[in-house]
Amino acid sequence: MSYTKRKDGRKFDEMRKIKAEVGVIKNANGSAKFQIGDTIAIAAVYGPRNLYPKFLQNPEEGKLRCNYNMLSFSVDERIRPGPSRRSKEIGLVTERALSPTVNLKEFPNAVVDVFVEIIQADAGTRCAGICAAAMALADAGIPMKDLVSAVSVGKVGDKLVVDLDKSEEDYEEGATDMPVAILPRSDEISLLQLDGEMEAKEIIKALEMAKKACLELNKIQKEAIRKKYKGEGK
Amino acid sequence: MGKILVKNKEMVVPGEVIVEGMDYLPAGNVFRENDKIIAETIGLVNVDNRLVKLIPLTGFYKAKKNDVVIGQVRNITFSGWLMDIGCSDLATLNLRDASSDFIDKKADLTKIYNFNDTVIAKITNVTKTGYIDLTMRGPGLTKLRGGRLIKVAASKVPRIIGKQGSMIHIIKEKTNCKVIVGQNGFVWIQSEDPVNEKKAIDTIRLIEKESATEGLTEKVEGLLK
Repeated sequence: MSYTKRKDGRKFDEMRKIKAEVGVIKNANGSAKFQIGDTIAIAAVYGPRNLYPKFLQNPEEGKLRCNYNMLSFSVDERIRPGPSRRSKEIGLVTERALSPTVNLKEFPNAVVDVFVEIIQADAGTRCAGICAAAMALADAGIPMKDLVSAVSVGKVGDKLVVDLDKSEEDYEEGATDMPVAILPRSDEISLLQLDGEMEAKEIIKALEMAKKACLELNKIQKEAIRKKYKGEGK
Repeated sequence: MGKILVKNKEMVVPGEVIVEGMDYLPAGNVFRENDKIIAETIGLVNVDNRLVKLIPLTGFYKAKKNDVVIGQVRNITFSGWLMDIGCSDLATLNLRDASSDFIDKKADLTKIYNFNDTVIAKITNVTKTGYIDLTMRGPGLTKLRGGRLIKVAASKVPRIIGKQGSMIHIIKEKTNCKVIVGQNGFVWIQSEDPVNEKKAIDTIRLIEKESATEGLTEKVEGLLK
């Protein structure tokens, strides 16, 4: 049986409902909250600040350091708090997704810390985390070339879909999940992972769907930033 | 011919194209990519003849030579003090620049400026690698005793001071406080009366929040009446 209709009634290339907010954590230099469907990510940026231990410092340019963490109550079954193999990996890919956009030449020997906390998870957490982190970095005033947007695309049954939720990821007849992060101005891809099986042709088509969705996401991100600083314009 | 895509004084976010064409020049907080000039931070566009720059709305204070700043002692070394002036790096205040008085080499440095002491200092040098040198030799550069330190965004400092010091003058006069504003956005306030001190802080916070509104001086004047 093929996958003919999505469980929540969305079109195949439609994302879940998105909410974005900037400036949610007062004590951070920059922060943002990003919600897509039931997935909620909060990102906080601290720095640029001194980096210790000293041997990690780079006198040429500053360093970006990302930390991904899922809160114990974010999923149905409690997950053990603290770093895990998975969170370490996602922290690393988040860092690599964001680092082509930030320009830390002006902050030698310093570090910019990004903390991504998932407070509610319903698939697509790393993409939500990247979107939140990009907004938080902009809010912190870190020089950036572009605002990264990320979305997961994939194949559920035999259909290509955008923004899978948990029930689709667990589809009995097999589902493939491919998170993609895109720099919208240049169309470059800074994150591409694949969990499952897809044909080369399908991947190309899925990437195009992701690109379209990311442009839409980017608009929402920019709007959220504008909203915080609205009083400051003319 | 160049084309400006964003109106003057309008807000942009990182990655937005401001100008297309080679006959405009990128200045502060923007960069050029091929023939486009693109915003690097959140800020207000400012096109001056052929120069395109952004007035940033967030971000750290960027140390500039000859700026008079307010700093706080964070660390003491054998040859001087390390000050927090709101940059990513701590600024160095060397022993021989610390005071116009003679300081003996063996002197206990905590006796002169201790941890968390607040001082007014001037930036003498900023190196490319991020080192900032301070001096306290000069008129008006002293240690601040007592008082309270609040931090505002460095981009709001011109608004707090006002045209020829009009805004700061009103605050000082109406609240009877001593107010000193550093270029780095550190504001030191001292008053005999805590109620007045609170009033001055509230006023500065209001200016920070509504820095773009017109007729702010009148509003502040009315508030402090």
